[in-house]
Amino acid sequence: MMISVRDLHKSFGSVEVLKGINAEVKEKEVVCVIGPSGSGKSTFLRCLNLLEEVTSGDVLIEGTNLTDPKVNINEVRSRVGMVFQHFNLFPHRTVMENITLGPIKVKGLSKDEAKKVALPLLDKVGLSDKADVYPESLSGGQKQRVAIARSLAMEPRIMLFDEPTSALDPELVGDVLAVMKDLAKEGMTMVVVTHEMGFAREVGDRVLFMDEGIIMEEDIPENLFGNPQNPRTQEFLSKVL
Amino acid sequence: MDFITQSHYYRVMPMLLEGLVWTLLITGIGLIFGFILGAIFGFARLSKSKIIYGIATVYVEVVRGTPILAQILFIYFGLSDLLGVNIDKITASIIAIAINAGAYIAEIVRGAVYSIDKGQEEAGRSIGLTRNQTMRYIIWPQAFRRMIPPLGNQFVISLKDTSLFSVIAVGELLYMGQQYYGATFAAFEALTMVCIMYLVITVPTAVYLRRVERRLDV
Ligand SMILES: Nc1ncnc2c1ncn2[C@@H]1O[C@H](COP(=O)(O)OP(=O)(O)OP(=O)(O)O)[C@@H](O)[C@H]1O
Ligand SMILES: [Mg+2]
Repeated sequence: MMISVRDLHKSFGSVEVLKGINAEVKEKEVVCVIGPSGSGKSTFLRCLNLLEEVTSGDVLIEGTNLTDPKVNINEVRSRVGMVFQHFNLFPHRTVMENITLGPIKVKGLSKDEAKKVALPLLDKVGLSDKADVYPESLSGGQKQRVAIARSLAMEPRIMLFDEPTSALDPELVGDVLAVMKDLAKEGMTMVVVTHEMGFAREVGDRVLFMDEGIIMEEDIPENLFGNPQNPRTQEFLSKVL
Repeated sequence: MDFITQSHYYRVMPMLLEGLVWTLLITGIGLIFGFILGAIFGFARLSKSKIIYGIATVYVEVVRGTPILAQILFIYFGLSDLLGVNIDKITASIIAIAINAGAYIAEIVRGAVYSIDKGQEEAGRSIGLTRNQTMRYIIWPQAFRRMIPPLGNQFVISLKDTSLFSVIAVGELLYMGQQYYGATFAAFEALTMVCIMYLVITVPTAVYLRRVERRLDV
């Protein structure tokens, strides 16, 4: 199992945001997470690489329990890529430097070795000509594709996406989704929080519907979108579809 | 040409230039230490440890809540008394600038680091960088750029503050001017030139900073 989550609880102060999440993600599986705003989707995703401290429960990444205090969290994070809604590119570094920073500082590659890793990735996201520009000169869609390349440069085993297209102008969404689709086809294990129901339906192997800090319903896309069982799922889908 | 070389405006200059050198030395060396103090206490103010945060906050508030004139007198007379040693005037001045500017720079550092979007740290951590690497390669370079205008501003403030050291007879710019008119009674000429000397440093600095600021804005 790539990811196992058992009875995950997360509170901010006295407010419990995740109220007992159980989930598993198999190798090469693409799991999409949908649900209303504030239901805890981002918090759940961020617990998977400990950007949020877990209050109780277990999160296992390829068998490594993240809640074990002895765990080397930096090593685990280098195996788990994360793509953010607002890209979070490093503005003081060129596209190339954004991508090579991790391989150089974390994996200890030389600059040249890191560039050899980065070039095919830039090609893959369609931005070979942008290696030497700074992020500010890129469109949102280009930024997000650089962010994906930056994560991939660490050769992660798992990729987490938190609404990667929801800060983009509609006409730029397609390029980013296309890159994600390619990744899925190549067999990357992915957890994708998304408002793009079309993407979830087409690319997702499984869809989780979250509401009020728990997973209300999960199923293959055909069933969850075509024949939702839980009334909350039905209500949510009737609003967004 | 005699009317120029005979004038007080001209004759005060050698003393003022000497004073200016001391002013710049005290400001420069003081600010180097002030920057080190500011960086240490600025990061301390961002610490999760209550004790470290508390110590840094006391330092910042004490310095910002008391006049620098009291601070220099405290260091020069008070500390000498307490320790039973004579602190040299220049050393006392440098310490005073360092401690005083250190507190303001701590706030500059804290504000600049704090102003960097939280997502930057998260992105750094999520590619596997340690906390220290993230600070060093991602947060600090961005924060430092934002610190340049306020640090320049602090330079101007500290430079002007050195004039207060005339009360302990440090041979800085203002004191040298005072010495001159004490002997010649040419107060107007001497003080005019003193002010011009300050402006020669502060105005170009301000102009340069405004340019930097504009460049950082876009
Ligand atoms: N750092 C935090 N401190 C306090 N409360 C938080 C924090 N982060 C999230 N929350 C709260 O936790 C709840 C779940 O937030 P979360 O961001 O996980 O929701 P979401 O499902 O991702 O929503 P959206 O679709 O709007 O992104 C919200 O009520 C939010 O206000
Ligand atoms: Mg969210």
